[in-house]
Amino acid sequence: MSNDAKPILRAVELTKQYPTVLALDHVSYEIFPGQVVCVVGPSGSGKSTFIRCLNLMDEPTGGQVWFKDQQINAPGVDINRVRQHIGMVFQHFNLFPHLTVRKNITLAPTLLKLKTQEEADATADKLLERVGLREKADAFPGQLAGGQKQRIAIVRALAMDPQVLLFDEPTSALDPEMVGEVLQVMKGLAKAGMTMAVVTHEMGFAREVANHVLFMDHGRLVEENPPQEFFGHPQSPRLKEFLSKVL
Amino acid sequence: MFLTLEWWREAFHTFGWKFSQNFLEASRWRLLANGFVTTVEITIGAVLVGLAIGFLVAVIRTTHDKTGRLKFLNFLARIFLTVIRGTPTMVQLLIIYFVIFASVNVDKLLVAIIAFGINSGAYTAEIIRAGLMAVDKGQYEAGASLGLNYYQTMTRIIVPQAFKTILPALGNELIVLLKETSISGYIAMQDLTKGGDIIRSQTYDAFMPLLAVAAIYLICVCGLSWCVTRMERRLKRNE
Ligand SMILES: Nc1ncnc2c1ncn2[C@@H]1O[C@H](COP(=O)(O)OP(=O)(O)OP(=O)(O)O)[C@@H](O)[C@H]1O
Ligand SMILES: [Mg+2]
Repeated sequence: MSNDAKPILRAVELTKQYPTVLALDHVSYEIFPGQVVCVVGPSGSGKSTFIRCLNLMDEPTGGQVWFKDQQINAPGVDINRVRQHIGMVFQHFNLFPHLTVRKNITLAPTLLKLKTQEEADATADKLLERVGLREKADAFPGQLAGGQKQRIAIVRALAMDPQVLLFDEPTSALDPEMVGEVLQVMKGLAKAGMTMAVVTHEMGFAREVANHVLFMDHGRLVEENPPQEFFGHPQSPRLKEFLSKVL
Repeated sequence: MFLTLEWWREAFHTFGWKFSQNFLEASRWRLLANGFVTTVEITIGAVLVGLAIGFLVAVIRTTHDKTGRLKFLNFLARIFLTVIRGTPTMVQLLIIYFVIFASVNVDKLLVAIIAFGINSGAYTAEIIRAGLMAVDKGQYEAGASLGLNYYQTMTRIIVPQAFKTILPALGNELIVLLKETSISGYIAMQDLTKGGDIIRSQTYDAFMPLLAVAAIYLICVCGLSWCVTRMERRLKRNE
């Protein structure tokens, strides 16, 4: 771990107040290059809100989000530009159903003039190869199984050459037999050094792949440790209770 | 009585005579033909105006709902929708003709197109808006997460998907509009309906000209409905 490097993403006292719910309560955390951070916690604890505030998919009501040297929830920031560097993978894939797999992958890089169509196509083929879906390039999302869709969604995010990837429960909408193939791809990414923040219920994945595991409860970051410590010696009663339920 | 040959011969004879009186004599069929052309002109013109207005209003409303921007324009759009959908088309037509264009000398056809276009625009706006809103929120988020701006997300991701629901609904709006233009006679336009009415006033026969008018509308509507159904089916197949 390159601990002396600067963080890629930094949350400072991050807060999200909905009219009746405090979804995120002064959460501070730094994600460094190459780290895999897993976020776990009970339903409604604010995991999604946290991850979605990091690319301003949800607008925080307080605190700061920094991408490298730039505070991104500040007036005058071109958030679309920042998001080009922060990929996101959704629970429900959100592939574009009217476009082929290849078009799904190449749309953003070409539209944003980061790549020519040929370059983007070449990248798409290479990435599809990597997730074992090269032959699906001309299929439409509706023709794919859930696990395949999620792998395509990961490729779509990767095609932007992001510096960090955010995942919000990427395997929760999948049939059990398809969870493995998606986790396998994510493990591959972790091994290749991709910086990732992953909200997940897959404790096995967190234990095996994460550098740090975060426990959230009632909008707060309650506990944070490397996986051996996190799972082996949980400190707070809430985490102990949570782990006793899910493990 | 209906079963006697004599009765049928008589009826057939009367029909032929009346047909000739209503449509052939003095080339009265031209009243229907020209009226039909006028009806089609008003309808097509109004559809185009309605599409332009509807698209604009829908984009303002949707942008406001999704991003919170365009507050003032959204306010105006809502007033427009409330007024147009809350008053009879007929009254709108009369106001536009006798009040707004009272002192200016413009082609009546243009007035009709504008009046029906504005009216249709309100309904078209809601059709387009409903189509845009029906696209899953995750599609906006996926576009945004890739760094696309709102306009790029709209044009490349949302609108193409919304077409599926919008196109058939617009076809139905076209059918409604075609029938609504039959009140154009109130601003002295000689549309299809008015054409039939003029024949009636000349021949003192209401049955034939009005039934002919009804039949022509019906044929058009059935034709358009058939197209809409086909289109719906084709759009479904591409899923
Ligand atoms: N748009 C919203 N409006 C109001 N409250 C919301 C909204 N989105 C989330 N919340 C509330 O904020 C809290 C945190 O929600 P969040 O979705 O972040 O939880 P989560 O940890 O991701 O839960 P899950 O495991 O079920 O996905 C919950 O109490 C939720 O009801
Ligand atoms: Mg969640």
